[in-house]
Amino acid sequence: MNELLNTIPHIDRITHRGAFSGAAPKRTETFRARSGKDNKVLPSLEEAVRAAGLRDGMTISFHHHFRGGDHVVNQVLDTLADMGFRDLTLAASSLADVHTPLIRHIQNGVVTHIETSGLRGQLAEEISRGLLECPVVFRSHGGRAAAICSGEVHINVAFLGAPSCDPYGNANGYSRDDDTSIACGSMGYARTDAKYADKVIILTNNLVRYPNAPWAIPEYDVDYIVVTDDIGDPAGIMSGATRYTKNPKELLIAQTAANVIDAAGYLYDGFSMQMGSGGASLAVARFLRQMMQKKNIRCRFALGGITGQITAMHEEGMIDRILDVQSFDLDAALSLKKNRFHHQIDATYYASFLFAAAVDQLDFVILSALEIDTDFNVNVLTGSDGVIRGAIGGHPDTAAGASLSVVVAPLTRGRIPTVIDRVNTIVTPGAVVDVVVTDQGIAVNPRRPEVAERLEQAGMRVNTIQQLKDRAEALAGRPDPIRYKDRVVGVVMYRDNTVIDVIRQIDES
Amino acid sequence: MELKKTAVAGTMESSDIMVTVEPREHGGIVLELTSSVMKQYGRRIEQVIRETAAELGVEHALIRAVDKGALDCTVRARAAAALFRAAGQENHIWEVGK
Repeated sequence: MNELLNTIPHIDRITHRGAFSGAAPKRTETFRARSGKDNKVLPSLEEAVRAAGLRDGMTISFHHHFRGGDHVVNQVLDTLADMGFRDLTLAASSLADVHTPLIRHIQNGVVTHIETSGLRGQLAEEISRGLLECPVVFRSHGGRAAAICSGEVHINVAFLGAPSCDPYGNANGYSRDDDTSIACGSMGYARTDAKYADKVIILTNNLVRYPNAPWAIPEYDVDYIVVTDDIGDPAGIMSGATRYTKNPKELLIAQTAANVIDAAGYLYDGFSMQMGSGGASLAVARFLRQMMQKKNIRCRFALGGITGQITAMHEEGMIDRILDVQSFDLDAALSLKKNRFHHQIDATYYASFLFAAAVDQLDFVILSALEIDTDFNVNVLTGSDGVIRGAIGGHPDTAAGASLSVVVAPLTRGRIPTVIDRVNTIVTPGAVVDVVVTDQGIAVNPRRPEVAERLEQAGMRVNTIQQLKDRAEALAGRPDPIRYKDRVVGVVMYRDNTVIDVIRQIDES
Repeated sequence: MELKKTAVAGTMESSDIMVTVEPREHGGIVLELTSSVMKQYGRRIEQVIRETAAELGVEHALIRAVDKGALDCTVRARAAAALFRAAGQENHIWEVGK
């Protein structure tokens, strides 16, 4: 045979693998019999962890598609703590109230660093009080995808919960085989982890027959599978349909925001959009729907976190395509399962600045805010008391990508003014925020004089952001500033993974 | 204004404040305040309640206030109402202060 190779001119340019020396032995069992034996399923999480070669000091990752119903993070961390691991970096796409037990694992030195989009509840409060020595790194969904892709965040082992998986690792957020499994819909954030992590362990409560098509995560990205009874609480993973708000203040804001989009010239046949899931921002969809019917126009695509309101418009033929990185409610998850033009996308495709991402094709996005300042900077991460209580999500990604970013918020929440001199934490810079809509007035970023002009031509009254701030202060009074210590407990990254702000330890003395 | 009995005004609803006034013989105005916006407005709420008591000529009282983010006007109205009720005064002079 080597003689044969020698006769091939330029063999060095063609192959280095030599000559054929016989095929591997063929298997003759039925496919069904094989699936039961030669597969990636391991009997326990401990064995999967050992097989993956996890060591102290490594980085583990999780997704947050199970939202408040997630049992994967706590279950895995309990196991890793029992196995004696220490000094781990936990890189989650986001963390919620349900992850309070992490406090103990941090106190015991199992977890010494956290990367996330957001933090809530007791864990967030403890971190604001200085629980972790190394500051928590907060990234947007697009920023996280870019950091994982570029290697800035190197995931050693990804632990990914999946509502369905076959014995070879084709995993998905739902299953076409049955209607009973816990469905989370899109697994967009998990797909990025699966692609770049050194080792991937799927935790599933629903082992289905090969091939689990369609899949979110292909088998070649998966190393081990663990079957467990409990990946999460279905009620916490998915609530039925997200309801439209009945709050008149939010409805007023939503109606105004829809009018702003129309007047600014972005409501035309074939437009693209992203909608938040919060009260006012979701309600914008209702008013846009009415305007679209009146104008007899269609939306080319809706992006992002998807709700039942968006899928209903898709089923009515008003939205051609849905690009779904995260399904917010059961209706959205069911639509992903049954509608062929409701398409699952990953976090990189959604919002990574390293590529021309889907956010860069947006006409407009409706975003919410905890605080907006007179430079149009937006905070969605820390509360008015300075304590961490939110998540960046895709806020800066979509604000930067969309031709018109509209931030909706009540002018005051209870007594707390929303429009203020300086936000506690800059998450999205004013440089990418275009319009602020409150229940008591609209402000347009001076960067966009043409938008202000169009709104005025349409008969809308445009305020300066300073006027909105003064109005809020006249109503609520000027709040005392929050007192912080010098110590930094959180670092906020812009979507290009440069540091845009820091969060300091709150001073409660 | 002389306080005769313990009295309450306001609710625990959001954007309201519940003010309870107990008569005292001496010790000045003792204020126990809890607020959902303590860090930002605790100082201001205390100031408004003390001003209201002073305007109504109340020198000694134990005032307990549970605030759920009430605006100044609400704080003033609830504090005044509780003080009037504690004084057993029917013909309220609502135009206190500003």
